[in-house]
Amino acid sequence: MSRTGPERVSLAAGIAVTLIGGLLCLDQLDVLSIHDWVTAGWSGAFIWPLVLALAGAALLWAGTRRPAQAPDPPPYRTRLQPRPVAEPLPPADAQADAETRILDLYRGGFGIALVVGAALLFLTQIDALGAARDAAFTAIVAIFALALILAPFIWRLGRNLAEERAERVRSQERAEMAAHLHDSVLQTLTLMQKRADDPREVAALARRQERELRDWLAGEEEAGGDGGFAAALRSAAEEVEDAYLVQIEVVTVGDRPLDEAGGAVVGAAREALTNAAKFAAEGGPISVYAEAGATGVEAFIRDRGPGFDPDDAPPDRRGVRESIVGRMQRHGGSATIAAVPGAGTEVALRIEAAER
Amino acid sequence: MSSPPSIVIVDDHALFRSGVRSEVEDLVDVVGEAGTVEEAVRTIGETRPDVVLLDVHMPGGGGVEVIRRVAASDPGQRFLALSVSDAAEDVIAVVRAGARGYVTKSISGEELAAAIGRVRDGDAVFSPRLAGFVLDAFAGSVPEEEIDPELDQLTMREREVLRMIARGYMYKEVAQQLDISPRTVEAHVSAVLRKLQLSNRHELSRWAAERRLVD
Repeated sequence: MSRTGPERVSLAAGIAVTLIGGLLCLDQLDVLSIHDWVTAGWSGAFIWPLVLALAGAALLWAGTRRPAQAPDPPPYRTRLQPRPVAEPLPPADAQADAETRILDLYRGGFGIALVVGAALLFLTQIDALGAARDAAFTAIVAIFALALILAPFIWRLGRNLAEERAERVRSQERAEMAAHLHDSVLQTLTLMQKRADDPREVAALARRQERELRDWLAGEEEAGGDGGFAAALRSAAEEVEDAYLVQIEVVTVGDRPLDEAGGAVVGAAREALTNAAKFAAEGGPISVYAEAGATGVEAFIRDRGPGFDPDDAPPDRRGVRESIVGRMQRHGGSATIAAVPGAGTEVALRIEAAER
Repeated sequence: MSSPPSIVIVDDHALFRSGVRSEVEDLVDVVGEAGTVEEAVRTIGETRPDVVLLDVHMPGGGGVEVIRRVAASDPGQRFLALSVSDAAEDVIAVVRAGARGYVTKSISGEELAAAIGRVRDGDAVFSPRLAGFVLDAFAGSVPEEEIDPELDQLTMREREVLRMIARGYMYKEVAQQLDISPRTVEAHVSAVLRKLQLSNRHELSRWAAERRLVD
């Protein structure tokens, strides 16, 4: 456990004061005679107890000055009571929390002991305590006994607090999951019931929701995409899926950062997918396969539509073809469009890229 | 193709089981269903189907556990993994346990029936996604001295076949495209499956661990 600056200072002060106090006690018992050579009479009776009392007070202040834990917001509630999912481990700070609490306890006790000791010392020195010494001794023994009795209770209290906090964190996570499912899955299910008469729309809704849920399950960092080529290609495919209500299967092997070459392939692939979605969606799912590596990118977009002859294409398709082939060529790559034996069309995109 | 293959459907979702059943009922002979690992082991032992359609994710150990326990008494039982999960490590785990293929639950009834037929005949079934996973897993280089050329590397031809499958080509179309017979395509795919199951390539497990739930 690392200590912060103020903590270290108060610890050092405590140790110093203990040493001084010890010397002083020895002095009082006439084992040492600092008493004589420091000062005589009143001044001695004031200074040492004062020092002790100040040190004790400093310790107590240091304990209370630490900022109090911000209270947890009340757990968010929804009507949906989620099933408990995988219980998260108790958060690591619950442990650290309990430890600092114990430390506070020790520090507080030490500070109180110092102040009480100083008071006693002062009273002894001005001889106001002569007769009461026995009573004071009894009181000290009683306090010690009380401390022994109370210690386990205080200890347990600390532990219960930590457990309570961990439980609250868990229920908060559950509530968040419930809220997410409510906003996403349940909404989509409602929409799907309303559109039940339009199978394509329903399929598209289900697919969009599936994607969203997968991303969410995979964790935020992957949902946002890591800026790589594969993620960009996938999100281009998703956009086309959403825009044209078609099904696109994306398989990628390897990855590389999204640079100019990768961007060109993603752009051309988006055109090819749009083209396939417009003219060949009836044939079944559109397949996208891409390999990305240190030396370049290759991507294949294939549909199972009627197929066409690139040289004999209607002008609007020729335009799309230009934007695919032209774009790849401008970036130093190539694009070939071929009718696949059987049925369908495959667009192959290739580009070499500098190693990163 | 003599009589339609007999199958047992193993999935913990009853709704999904009945969905699959209604889709393939006319094409294959569904002899049993099971919703748990225990039930699956018992049902498979009693009905001895040609092919078990196996969900990858199930409570109590999942598809891997079913394969492990059935294989203990009947190593010849054939499995086809069927899952919504695209997590590479799960898919590779179930194939390494002994499944002869992997298809996603979005597959059409007809395609599923065809895949079941192929598994019954002892062939391997690779969906585009599985082909992509395998290419990814066998990519990269292995230190020379650790290579078992029999198991740790794909041949050029196998790689070509896998790439065609990943691009969405049917076996027939792959054969046509590469100018080989469909049987040869089947042989290549089966060889890849064997390598996938037997290779000790340490990268395979590391790779799977690295790709938790990607996509």
